[in-house]
Amino acid sequence: MAEKKEQLLEMYKTMVRIRTFEKEAIDLFAAGKFPGFVHSYLGEEAIATGVCANLKDSDYICSTHRGHGHLIAKGGKLDLMMAELYGKSTGYCKGKGGSMHIADVDLGILGANGIVGAGMPIATGAAFACKYRKTDNVAIAFFGDGASDRATFHESLNLASIWKLPVVFVCENNGWAISNSQENHQNITDVSDRATAYGIPGVSIDGNDVMAISEAAEEAIKRARKGDGPTLIECKTWRHRGHFEGDPGAYKDPKDQEEWLSDAKDALVRVEKKLIELKYANKADLDKVKADAQTEVDAAVKFAEQSPDPDPSEVLTDVYTV
Amino acid sequence: MTQMSYMEAIRDGMRVEMKRDSGVYIAGEDVAQFGGCFGVTAGLYDEFGPDRVMNTPISEAVIVGHAVGAAALGLRPIAEIMFVDFMGCCMDELHNQAAKMKYMFGGKAKVPMVVRTPCGAGLGAAAQHSQCLESWFTHIAGVKTVMPGTAADAKGLMIAAIRDDNPVMYIEHKQLLGLTGDVPDGEYVVPLGKADIKREGSDVTIVAWSWMLQKSLAAAEKLAAEGINVEVLDPRTLVPLDKDAILKSVSKTGKLVIVHEEIKTSGFGGEISAIVAEEGFDYLDAPIKRVAAPDTPIPFSPILEQTFIPSEEKIIEAVKALF
Repeated sequence: MAEKKEQLLEMYKTMVRIRTFEKEAIDLFAAGKFPGFVHSYLGEEAIATGVCANLKDSDYICSTHRGHGHLIAKGGKLDLMMAELYGKSTGYCKGKGGSMHIADVDLGILGANGIVGAGMPIATGAAFACKYRKTDNVAIAFFGDGASDRATFHESLNLASIWKLPVVFVCENNGWAISNSQENHQNITDVSDRATAYGIPGVSIDGNDVMAISEAAEEAIKRARKGDGPTLIECKTWRHRGHFEGDPGAYKDPKDQEEWLSDAKDALVRVEKKLIELKYANKADLDKVKADAQTEVDAAVKFAEQSPDPDPSEVLTDVYTV
Repeated sequence: MTQMSYMEAIRDGMRVEMKRDSGVYIAGEDVAQFGGCFGVTAGLYDEFGPDRVMNTPISEAVIVGHAVGAAALGLRPIAEIMFVDFMGCCMDELHNQAAKMKYMFGGKAKVPMVVRTPCGAGLGAAAQHSQCLESWFTHIAGVKTVMPGTAADAKGLMIAAIRDDNPVMYIEHKQLLGLTGDVPDGEYVVPLGKADIKREGSDVTIVAWSWMLQKSLAAAEKLAAEGINVEVLDPRTLVPLDKDAILKSVSKTGKLVIVHEEIKTSGFGGEISAIVAEEGFDYLDAPIKRVAAPDTPIPFSPILEQTFIPSEEKIIEAVKALF
């Protein structure tokens, strides 16, 4: 009971930190504070949070272009992330990566990735290395419903299955491959059906229910650590924003959009309700979590804005390891 | 020193490193008991076992892509792609992932992996199993490209490629697999980025690699009989390129012929020509010549294929045109 309370509160904090970071990033981008692309994770916070709650520091994740949430959930530092969004020398990648390439190899974050579906082979290889070195570490590949149409998805699930690799494939099915709806880009409702083709377990769960996600991830990760091979978990969710900031998402049915953003469906509001209902927290507690997150994000922005740009000579470094 | 074939030398290089470093492993299509499509990995499965020599499904993207992840965690994968022509099936894993990981992450990653793959025409394998595509890879910052032309270099460059902390394309030529030569025993390393003068001469420099190195050496012998003393320089690795060695040789001979089996347009000969034009123009006393395949796919019929492949006669003709 105490453990469950602690876990749920901890996950709530992570979700709030993600949401606060993302809202701030959207505003800053709209205000022209930094260039490039921002792909917001708003609405999908429960997935990264529920999965990463079951990981050790020595486990690995491969993220996506919509990667801020995964990074935060795996322990990424908000100031270093924000500085990277600003392209500053103090950022995670010294300003060389930007939003789509933030990584912290020491934390097991093998990078956001600008190529849809590219994280799955890399996570498969990380899992291979975990097994080869006889550790019980695991790798997680996050990807979307759109990526489940790529060859990398099929090749990775197949190889991970025959080699029994400790990897969990987490599909964040937000219903949209950029502007193309799931019903238009694949002739199935459950991406998890595809697990059958590779002889591995596949489950579909509510992607806005952080407890359900955590439980499914826990089981899959246990299975992976034991050497029983990969699992495909599909988390059904909704992208609150357009594909990228600047995409108004006009292709979405406004009714769907309204429903998914309602208190009844919003992942964060649902946890708040749960915390209150179970008497794990009161409104003041929740407000404090939000205020703390805002303070942390404000500090991250200040750090980013006060950090120096990279020296122009940096363009030539880090191409090869010498 | 042991006499062995180019193919045995590649294998010996892999074996030496697999014995020395438990993080080195081989993964690819049919590389285990079958020994690889051309037999290059034959015997390694028996020697090192199923955990270190692994068959994969026909899944090039995950062959190269998994190697990226494994290398980022510190292993040293040797990923075999059965024909260089198949690199189109896994190019993202090479050019967007392996090549850029270190840079994108601000220097905080290493990707020590080798992609081993055979290239080249002459087997009647037609348009999708015969190409030379080295310029695809030299055009990617973050990847090194290695093209051995002798048995000794095949071993020494393989060991260097495995030990290198960057993604390395190790491209062997199918026509050279049976070529024999003296190969140093043990840990013989040929550093990446160091050209080798395979034949000293004073009248003209030929820069050639892989199979075309052997053709150029044969052409040089014939030209010697006609009084033209050819220097044949083998860059051995195209990235990194030993520019200084090329410029030095051209400064001595004043003439440059570049020979490659890639098609001419955007082939690596264009890059070498540009370097010499930019940095060694004053050394030249004749235009630079390129001998390359025509800008066509590779045909099947033997007479057509032989017409496609740059020949000794074409090399001789190009050299003579400079005098």
